[in-house]
Amino acid sequence: MADPMKIRATMVGDKVEVKVLMAHEMETGQRKDSKGAIVPAWFIQNVTATVNGKTVLSAEWGPAVAKNPFLSFRFSGAKAGDKVVITWTDNHGDKRSDEATIAA
Amino acid sequence: MKMGRRRALQDGSAMAVMGLAMAAGLLRPSTARAEAWNKAAFEVKGNLNEEVRALGGSAATESKDISMSSPDIAENGAVVPFTVTSNLPKTESIALLVEKNPNMLAANFSIPDGTEPWINTRIKMGQTSNVIALVKADGRYYYTSKEVKVTLGGCGG
Amino acid sequence: MTHTWITAAALAAGFFAAGLATAQDKDSTSKQIERYREALAEGNPAELWEARGEALWKEKRGPKGASLERCDLGLGPGIVKGAYTVLPKYFADTGKVEDLESRLVTCMVSLQGFTPGEAKKDPFGGPGKKVPMDALVAYIASESRGMAMHVSIADPKEREAYELGRQIFFYRGGPHDFACASCHGAEGKRIRLQDLPNLTNPADARKAYTTWPAYRVSQGEVRSMQWRLNDCFRQQRFPELEFTSPASIALSLYLARTAEGGVMDAPAIKR
Repeated sequence: MADPMKIRATMVGDKVEVKVLMAHEMETGQRKDSKGAIVPAWFIQNVTATVNGKTVLSAEWGPAVAKNPFLSFRFSGAKAGDKVVITWTDNHGDKRSDEATIAA
Repeated sequence: MKMGRRRALQDGSAMAVMGLAMAAGLLRPSTARAEAWNKAAFEVKGNLNEEVRALGGSAATESKDISMSSPDIAENGAVVPFTVTSNLPKTESIALLVEKNPNMLAANFSIPDGTEPWINTRIKMGQTSNVIALVKADGRYYYTSKEVKVTLGGCGG
Repeated sequence: MTHTWITAAALAAGFFAAGLATAQDKDSTSKQIERYREALAEGNPAELWEARGEALWKEKRGPKGASLERCDLGLGPGIVKGAYTVLPKYFADTGKVEDLESRLVTCMVSLQGFTPGEAKKDPFGGPGKKVPMDALVAYIASESRGMAMHVSIADPKEREAYELGRQIFFYRGGPHDFACASCHGAEGKRIRLQDLPNLTNPADARKAYTTWPAYRVSQGEVRSMQWRLNDCFRQQRFPELEFTSPASIALSLYLARTAEGGVMDAPAIKR
């Protein structure tokens, strides 16, 4: 079970600024372990952010996104108190969803 | 003109291959899945034109309406921060490509209406390389690029 | 014609640039590295460790099924706020000078019922291996953010540990005839692009000590002071510095005392 994300969502003027940290190895599939064997690729492939059922960002990622990924984006059309839900899915099919309430 | 025709032909053949693969049940149309992951786009190596085609476009034009901010030197290639802003009307997506990575596409963000064409994220760079911000706006592809040097640090205490 | 002109101009520009480069290179490189560090500071993955550590602090674990919430980190049972700033210190209940890591081992044994071996089994995390120690250290250190370092050397045991730590810092040995002081005992030393802090100088010591534990982007892990010292010993080709050994705690106390007054800003993020 993957660790929870750390999500911050704050109103900046009439827009919402979201900052999210995700706990993930983001293995490239290029690295070798101490015995010389290739460590298989293991990385987040899809990220989706929704507010009130509407998608405000979606992304496709490859293994070149840094380990324990950080992402920030901004959108309009939501207010303080609304919830931002972020979901990621990795190439093993593991999935993790977390939410944060938009702060004023 | 010649270029245009050649590209159109290549695209045509690529489409034909895709069609066959779909018919053979190897590929499902992306609409069949809630979340699509463009495998082909993540396998392109160091060729912008090829990348644009893998993403479904035909060519990309350099544009001053995209700005990409990052340090010129990264103390470690494992984590290199980038901020990309597009001032192009109807921006639909923002992608980050590292020319000298084993596969050049690092991430591709879809920007729906109401979301700012602005992304701040961190990617890995295997070595000093040109980094490209590729933007799709109003159905066409545009890009800007810059070189980022990657160093290796000492103890870092 | 135009072509020739451009070439000549480019050559001239290149020539001048080369002359200026020597003077400006180091400066602009440092500035760019500084920019890199600033860009990373706003989203420090150490926060993921802090959150996990806080949950672990409160989680009932071990044979006794108890949490660590009654653990005395130096300011009284259960007080986490500011605890990092007074460590290492002497604890009457164990009769020893303990740093954060060794104190956590003590509490895992006394409160949760783990054996010392179990509590010390996985001192540092690695790829695909998350260990409780790193997370607890990250959480507890974060609860001292913005507070000034203030360790005591008033107790004779603390005084003794401080003196021992100072001796270890200057002790030369190993196949490279090296000491901590070889790299960290004088001004203006560097390894590649890294400026090395002079840890005998309070200003440098404060800056260094208050930014550990830290998330190392090169490893994608939060690293504790115990890890930092262990790895310094490895780099010096010294015998391994045993986790939570009296030598490691003594060295840590010497560094913490030199950093007296430094304001904690950890977990930091480092290359």
